[in-house]
Amino acid sequence: MDRIYADRRYLIIGFFLLIGLFFLARLFYVQIMVDKYILSANNNVLRYVTQYPARGLVFDRNGKLLVYNEAAYDLMVIPRQVKNADTMALCHLIGIDKEEFINRLQKARNFSPYRPSIFEAQITRENYGFLEEQLFLFPGFFVQSRTLRKYTYPVAAHTFGYIGEAGPEVIEKNPYYRSGDYIGISGIEKSYEDILRGKKGMKIRVYDVLNRDKGSFREGKYDTASMAGTDLYSSMDVELQQYGELLMTNKKGSIVAIEPQTGEILCVVSSPSYDPNLLAGNIRKKNYTLLLQDTIFIPLFNRALMAMYPPGSTFKLVDALIGQQEGVLTPDTRYGCPGGFPLGNGKKVACHPHPSPLDLVGAIQISCNSYFCRVFKSIIDKKSFASTRQSYENWRKEVMSFGFGKRIGIDIPGELNGNIPTPTYYDKYHGVDRWRSMTIISLGIGQGEIGITPIQLANLAALISNRGWYYPPHIIHGIGRKDSLNLAYNTKRNTLVDPRYFDIVIEGMGDVVTGGTGRIAQIDSVNVCGKTGTAQNPHGKNHSIFIAFAPRENPKIAISVVCENAGMGAAWAAPIASLMIEKYLKRQVKRKDLEERMINGNLINGKLPESERGQGNLLPD
Amino acid sequence: MREDKGIFYRIDWVVVLLYLLLVFIGWLNIYAAVYNDIHNNIVDLTQKYGKQMVFILAAIFLALGILIIDPKFFSQFAWFIYGFFLFMLVVVIFSGRVVAGSKGWFAFGGFGIQPAEFAKMATVLALAKYLGTLDVSLARFRSMMIAAAIILAPAVIVLLQHDTGSAIVFLALVIVLYRAGLTGFVPLAFIVLPVLGILALLVSKVILVAVLLLVAGIFYFYSNKKLRTIVLITGIFLGSVGFVFSVDFSVNHILEQHQRNRIHVLLGQVIDLKGAGYNVNQSLIAIGSGRVFGKGYLQGTQTKYNFVPEQSTDFIFCTVGEEWGFAGSSALVLIYLGLFTRIIFLAERQRSRFSRFYGYGVASILFFHFAINIGMTLGLVPVIGIPLPFISYGGSSMWAFTIMLFIFVRQDSYRYDLV
Repeated sequence: MDRIYADRRYLIIGFFLLIGLFFLARLFYVQIMVDKYILSANNNVLRYVTQYPARGLVFDRNGKLLVYNEAAYDLMVIPRQVKNADTMALCHLIGIDKEEFINRLQKARNFSPYRPSIFEAQITRENYGFLEEQLFLFPGFFVQSRTLRKYTYPVAAHTFGYIGEAGPEVIEKNPYYRSGDYIGISGIEKSYEDILRGKKGMKIRVYDVLNRDKGSFREGKYDTASMAGTDLYSSMDVELQQYGELLMTNKKGSIVAIEPQTGEILCVVSSPSYDPNLLAGNIRKKNYTLLLQDTIFIPLFNRALMAMYPPGSTFKLVDALIGQQEGVLTPDTRYGCPGGFPLGNGKKVACHPHPSPLDLVGAIQISCNSYFCRVFKSIIDKKSFASTRQSYENWRKEVMSFGFGKRIGIDIPGELNGNIPTPTYYDKYHGVDRWRSMTIISLGIGQGEIGITPIQLANLAALISNRGWYYPPHIIHGIGRKDSLNLAYNTKRNTLVDPRYFDIVIEGMGDVVTGGTGRIAQIDSVNVCGKTGTAQNPHGKNHSIFIAFAPRENPKIAISVVCENAGMGAAWAAPIASLMIEKYLKRQVKRKDLEERMINGNLINGKLPESERGQGNLLPD
Repeated sequence: MREDKGIFYRIDWVVVLLYLLLVFIGWLNIYAAVYNDIHNNIVDLTQKYGKQMVFILAAIFLALGILIIDPKFFSQFAWFIYGFFLFMLVVVIFSGRVVAGSKGWFAFGGFGIQPAEFAKMATVLALAKYLGTLDVSLARFRSMMIAAAIILAPAVIVLLQHDTGSAIVFLALVIVLYRAGLTGFVPLAFIVLPVLGILALLVSKVILVAVLLLVAGIFYFYSNKKLRTIVLITGIFLGSVGFVFSVDFSVNHILEQHQRNRIHVLLGQVIDLKGAGYNVNQSLIAIGSGRVFGKGYLQGTQTKYNFVPEQSTDFIFCTVGEEWGFAGSSALVLIYLGLFTRIIFLAERQRSRFSRFYGYGVASILFFHFAINIGMTLGLVPVIGIPLPFISYGGSSMWAFTIMLFIFVRQDSYRYDLV
């Protein structure tokens, strides 16, 4: 009788096949269509152990080691393996309290109970010694070696910069970086990050479900070795840098020295500064906060690159050059000075008493305000231009060819443009076509809206010594080996002023030192050319500025010194520049009295020592 | 008729070869699943693959033994065998030892025997014996009840051992009943009720009842509107509503916590990759990472490093999926389908009703194991720990399945002599 139901076999077989087919479809989906399972599989068993390369070293121009690496240790934890640990003992070893211990362990557990996370970063070698002996007592903890940045000399913090762990934004943008990697955050650590960092390697280890190491994956076939970072050769003369920082003790301001023929920076001092070692390793966060909170001295602020000052009388050199180029000034042009330059409304740009009238060299030597107001006026009022605006634009273009008003492109991050006001700015301020040469006459003596950074000032000295050209200043002159320069710094830039106009200006700068406003900068047997500047500013006392180069016949060093709120250029900036030049050219300073007076001068509290007032031999600008 | 020919001329070599193929695949994969560098000799008797080899050899001796027993023995002693194993199932509750939460094992030294595995074979024998009796008709209520009792008796005892998985397997025999003339409503209910059950857990019960009402209305609209029909439709409707509520109640109040978790995870209501969802997730990772051709024999990482639990027994299919890829795992599925259809084909050519229903019983039990086990590793059914026939590690299941299959091979070889 079951024959009646024989056809049901097809239904039954059909059902079997249907389920089988369903499985095939599911297998196809799971094994071929989607990727997430293969990825999870790799996550399960493979641990990618990063091999951190040593970061590149930095040497100074004389081969002295400036920046190097020291072994440091990250204490790692695998939360799942932590048991029966003598918590207090471990806390004691790394100097945290129990609460912090529990917090950190929980944080690690939240990340993953099975995978290692950093428990305490960058333990120094000394502290690691104690820890290492006892570490076997704490299952689940182990150390991973890293490196710590170290600085041989506690100077040039702004230039070196610092490194820190790559943040989430960086990781998102650049696939090279993973959480826990170090990256240069400022200074040359940042600008040369790609060169210094080297190449990370990767070891692939296989782990089982209990997180036990089962050896290399496929006998290490896919492992990659790390490659150490490339060394950098800095043009910095670290002794000069040290000396500069010493001279700037208790002063706000900066010193920038450049080798004129090459554009190589010899030193960049920004004061007040700090010991770069303060921002290395696990003390960085704490110290960084402290430095950041110092709103009075602002030690993190790199004045050499980021502070804009009115150049004051140093700008008269630019007037002299552009005036000649524009044909409104010759070396023989003479202007009288009736104690100042009348502005027409009863007021005048005051000048100090001096012989009158003066020619160009004399005007530079004495730094006559009237003379350069007239020069500036004759540039702007030149007949060949249809309007003030046009002649101003022409002037501005020439000024900017000196490297002013825009970043020079130094290889230390953070450089600012400075400011050479646009004609539009004056249009807005005074109204269109409502400003004339007399309206903006203060530009002629480097005052007003003009803003120039110390690096630009130093570059001005350099380009004058070169008679009209410069290489963009740079602090690194060799990558991997000496003198393998980045092409961008090997391209000469010319000013719009003809080289023949420079000689007379240089003569004037020579006279400034031999018998003018900067006599204090004289050095035995070295012909120094310089120019003082005293920049009026709304922040109090005038800034003391001096630019110079030496020796005159064969310039080896061009320098700018700015001392904020220190008074006349000859008071502080000129002697400091002079000492720097002496130090660099002669390697030792004979004028010990001057040196001592400069080092001990405390300008930060805004009060000059009694003995410094009314130095009779100083001529005002 | 053909008694002059030897047994090896009469057995169905297709079934035997598929069986040997599966057993061999199983052995290779157990080796891969528990492989380690220290014990890498495949015949090392201290390791699972060495033991499995012993189980396989013993199974082949058992198979040979069955092939020389008089084929009439099985139908004649069907009730006795059934009774014996029912008795054993009861005995094991009192004297057995607990393995993985179920009390279904006899211990012989370091060695365990699980009577539940053999009870499946015994039940198939008894069911075939009963259905093979000439005056039995499943159209009759009494016959239906007796058949149900034969199936449910061992199932209930196994359930008392807390071995839910093995108990559910007996329900597969409804396929035999269907072939024997049981109304199609019952197997249909076996398909519809789980679907309704899942919906009861996923969908709001108000909506579900409304939909059921709508379906009942449609049936009523197209029916002949006789009283009998109306009563039937109403009865089914009320039954369904009752079922929906009882599913919800039993999942939340009767099932044990781990079972409840497994169901929630399967339905995607709970994502718990470290707890109840761990097994299935790791299983899918292992299988999914095999891609088209797999990682190669012994190259699997998920199974070798123990990410997949129970990898040599219930989750053995993961090893196949990981190391042999889509090619290997789909080939295995096809081998099973070939075996099932071949058994059905052989069953239909039996002259003896006993032999035919027995064949269907074998196919049903094997299929059910296949469907639940692979469905579980693929995350399609809840985690129910039952072995993959002939592949999973274990002596009891290997022997029980072998005996069950070879009794049928023996029946088939004498099909002309059995009526």
